[in-house]
Amino acid sequence: MSSEIELLVNKDYQYGFSTDIEADALPPGLNEGVVRAISERKREPEWMLEWRLKAFRRWQQMTEPHWSNVNYPAIDYQAISYYSAPRTAKPLGSLDELDPKIRDTYDRLGIPLHEQKLLAGVAVDAVFDSVSVGTTYKEELRKHGVIFCSFGEAVQEHPELVRRYLGSVVPYSDNFFAALNSAVFSDGSFVYVPKGVRCPMELSTYFRINAADTGQFERTLIVADEGAYVSYLEGCTAPKRSTNQLHAAVVELVALDRATVKYSTVQNWYAGDEEGRGGIFNFVTKRGKAFAGSKISWTQVETGSAITWKYPSVILQGDHATGEFYSVAVVNNHQQADTGTKMIHVGRNTKSTIVSKGISAGRGNNSYRGQVKVLPKAANARNYTQCDSMLIGNRCGAHTFPYVEVQNNTAIVEHEASTSKIGEDQIFYCKARGLSGEQAVSMIVSGFCREVFKELPMEFALEAQQLLGITLEGSVG
Amino acid sequence: MGTAYAQQFAAQRPEGPAWLTAIRERAIARFREVGYPTTRNEEWHFTSPAPIAEADFVPMRAATGTLSVEDLGPLLFGEPDWPRLVFVNGRFAPSLSRVDARDGVKAMSLAVALREEPSLLEYHLTRRADIVDPAQVFTAINTALMQDGAVVQVGRGIDAATPIHLLFLSDAAAEDGVCHPRILLVAEPGSRATVIEQHAGAGGERYFTNVVTEAWIGEGATLHHLRLQRESARAFHVGTTAVHQEQDSHFVSFSFATGAALSRINIHTGLHGRGGGATLNGLYMLDGEQHCDHQTRIVHAQPDCYSREVYKGILDGASHGVFNGKVYVHPEAQKTDGKQTNNTLLLSERARIDTKPQLEIFADDVKCTHGATVGRIDETALFYMKSRGIPDREARKLLTYAFAAEVLETIPVDALRDGLERLTLERFTGTPPRA
Amino acid sequence: MIHISELHASVGEKEILKGISLEIAAGEIHAIMGPNGSGKSTLAQVLAGHPGYEVTAGTVTYNGQDLLAMDPEERAQAGVFLAFQYPVEIPGVSNAYFLRSAYNEIRKARGEAEADPLEFLDIVSERLKLVDLDEAMLNRSVNAGFSGGEKKRNEILQLAVLDPRFAILDETDSGLDIDALRIVADGVNRLRRKDNAFLVVTHYQRLLNYIVPDRVHVLVDGRIARSGGKELALELEERGYDWVTAEPVAGV
Repeated sequence: MSSEIELLVNKDYQYGFSTDIEADALPPGLNEGVVRAISERKREPEWMLEWRLKAFRRWQQMTEPHWSNVNYPAIDYQAISYYSAPRTAKPLGSLDELDPKIRDTYDRLGIPLHEQKLLAGVAVDAVFDSVSVGTTYKEELRKHGVIFCSFGEAVQEHPELVRRYLGSVVPYSDNFFAALNSAVFSDGSFVYVPKGVRCPMELSTYFRINAADTGQFERTLIVADEGAYVSYLEGCTAPKRSTNQLHAAVVELVALDRATVKYSTVQNWYAGDEEGRGGIFNFVTKRGKAFAGSKISWTQVETGSAITWKYPSVILQGDHATGEFYSVAVVNNHQQADTGTKMIHVGRNTKSTIVSKGISAGRGNNSYRGQVKVLPKAANARNYTQCDSMLIGNRCGAHTFPYVEVQNNTAIVEHEASTSKIGEDQIFYCKARGLSGEQAVSMIVSGFCREVFKELPMEFALEAQQLLGITLEGSVG
Repeated sequence: MGTAYAQQFAAQRPEGPAWLTAIRERAIARFREVGYPTTRNEEWHFTSPAPIAEADFVPMRAATGTLSVEDLGPLLFGEPDWPRLVFVNGRFAPSLSRVDARDGVKAMSLAVALREEPSLLEYHLTRRADIVDPAQVFTAINTALMQDGAVVQVGRGIDAATPIHLLFLSDAAAEDGVCHPRILLVAEPGSRATVIEQHAGAGGERYFTNVVTEAWIGEGATLHHLRLQRESARAFHVGTTAVHQEQDSHFVSFSFATGAALSRINIHTGLHGRGGGATLNGLYMLDGEQHCDHQTRIVHAQPDCYSREVYKGILDGASHGVFNGKVYVHPEAQKTDGKQTNNTLLLSERARIDTKPQLEIFADDVKCTHGATVGRIDETALFYMKSRGIPDREARKLLTYAFAAEVLETIPVDALRDGLERLTLERFTGTPPRA
Repeated sequence: MIHISELHASVGEKEILKGISLEIAAGEIHAIMGPNGSGKSTLAQVLAGHPGYEVTAGTVTYNGQDLLAMDPEERAQAGVFLAFQYPVEIPGVSNAYFLRSAYNEIRKARGEAEADPLEFLDIVSERLKLVDLDEAMLNRSVNAGFSGGEKKRNEILQLAVLDPRFAILDETDSGLDIDALRIVADGVNRLRRKDNAFLVVTHYQRLLNYIVPDRVHVLVDGRIARSGGKELALELEERGYDWVTAEPVAGV
């Protein structure tokens, strides 16, 4: 049976190509001058530079955390270039003026940026290395009052919104990687959905790391004003390179009273080769703050990166707020993932749901790390956590580290976890009904992940299907 | 305080055989090197040992000598002729003990065992409990400073019909004192035994018990280990149980904890042979400002073993409960079947629980589950009982007791189960602990 | 249709089938009876191709093909069906999808066009009545959370939809109450045709009150100890299996 499973998990990384394009890059190294240079290149106002510098000074006093269940060679922060942008800057008018090489890159990634061929129903902000190279459907969205643009643009054009919310969920001092990001972040996406508006289409950012030896430090800020709704998708890929590259992003979500933010990720950074050479080190801080009656929902399919360190979290600040986390994490070869969530119940009658599915193959190690914290004032808080692991082969590992911390006796917290393998008996049962071994495995795996996939918007569900080489029909809906 | 132990070690005349002296020296050196853990140590994340580290305990003084056999009554279970070894303030009390030579079962004080069973001790003592891990530094301290304790050996193929009770008491003279009892349990192949390890305080004394229990369970043997922590309300208690299991052996542990201001109980077992199993159950009931931390660790090192774990906590007042249950499954340990549950009942709005059921699995053909729940008394059940005429207070007591009873029912020896059920009931009816 | 000759099979070192010979023609129903541990279920599993059993000797010819050389899915595609004694749960995979995938694989193997979801729904809906199952069960995960009776009826539903030539029912009656038993038996009886055959493995005679066999074989310790007509089942019910083991082996 292992051959069938190997076929499934050893799919080639089809996004491993690189684009040969002239770049405006800063030399490797990090100091205050670099932070100033990034800010200057982006023609940022003084307050933005000040914030970056505060973060940088703070970062210098911090040490890299090592509590997670991942091992990797020491990162030399002075060997990384902190800014790289294609020389041919962003088109001023139509997207059709975009550098054809970049457009071709996105075509190959399945994200057409031609005005005529745009994905229907999905607005895309395309981030190439350190800058956003184009955002689709901007005008269409503006008619509804929805702001969707690159972070750099937001700093210029909506400074009051950025100043108000930047760092309000993830302060620059939050952790080592968040501080680093706050100092050197180059671009990312910004979304603001005004009061009572239901965003008419899915918003999406597609991150592409292209340049070698650069880090990617994007920052995303999504604000849903009272009663607003937005669904946002994030995709990411990188070329195959034999050296590791650092990706340290920050995502902040703000759901004001009665708002809903749904954030979906298919993370497919290059994972390194079979021997564990190369691949992205993915250290990401994602957190949302949910105010009264609002809902924040994270869905992630994590298949890429050599190292993943990521805990999309929700602070359930307001009464009756809801937080959700649905995750599928797959590790193979030498990949290591330490991922999970934190649900911090602050307000009364807050509710959270966690569903985590980990699949480990090859020599991969998959850790679920989750924290459910009920603070003393969070009366009637409710959490349900389900955390399942599947192991494929005998050289991989599955770990669960759930922290349940309850300080209010009206809370109800439930945690369930299981570990299993694809049963020989399940495969035989499928075969005895005429299905091939591959079909059987693919069906069983998709069934295992069903509860997470059904949370993904259709476009992403299809991508996840392709990525995992599994069939969704029997497991979605 | 750290230096106090080191000085104490330097001052005490090395006792016992040379191999033990060498290990004691390594242990104290390790303690000097790593010091006390802080809450930055993952295993001490929710329990700060600072109150113990900062207190200046002196070696516990000898008992006042007023305790008589009659005083033991409320602490005993079952029949009066069951064998028992009694220790007061860390010292063996022969006059309170009752050790008759039973076929195939040896029970004696550590001091006696060092004289009479040197090879047994050399083979087992200090071999099971880890002194290297910085989280286990209390084991290192115990190893360096242990003076007395108990040794029980159940001979090959022997079924020890009656439980053996190891009773550790403290009296008024224990105030501000620390003792480091050491227990060794050896169940030879094919044997079967039940050992009760009870720690109880006389009243309001403030002292520190730092106990280490090591057990070796031979092929096909079964050891039931019932651990009762009923220390004085102001006392500190750190207890580590380290077990090594051979093929087809069974370790059945129950930890009952109601005492001490601050207690930390580690129960570690390793399944080192095929086909064995470990059952780790427990019940902790806390009130006031009490803090009780259970850390269990089950290592599945070989195939075809099972583990079952149910821990329940009932927290009242502003008490703080901690549970961290770890299950490790090594790559060789195929067909492991593990189940772990931790349920907590919070009776008051100021009570707090931190629970972390943890699985680390490296084998693919295993079945492991864990679960944790935290909640208060089921309102529906409460309403149902009240609607049948049961007063609120009674109904709550009954439901709380029912919650505890589920896990108490797993205790196989009737007299022990009844005894613990009685203690549990007393706890809820407000009867002062009899000690 | 199927010709089993001197079949030996073992699990690890242990030989379980010690030379079974049996021939079943199209249109026939044969019953295999026997005490626990006699090898009944092993025979069923070996015919379906379970990888846990090793065939050490003997041959099985199915419609002229060497059955033992075929993978389990090839056997299924060629029309061999095993109704499992313990149907397997596949969480997260809907019954409808599972069954349609299997159905289409078998159609493909026969060179027929695949059914789309709507066409398939028509086919299934009609068969559901046969086993008295509700359409809602199509959206539930395969066997997950099914009661014992539901699982067995689900097996018969699959049998009805996949329309095999040779079906093996492995203790389908165990754990069923009398009503469920009747439903299962009625289903089988209605599927019985001149061009298909059934091998019914059972411990008790009662199923054979409803599914009347042409031949009954008694398996004892991996061998057929006695064969006869349907009356043999009744005799067994009365006299118990000890009677067979005690008496000399009759001709097969």
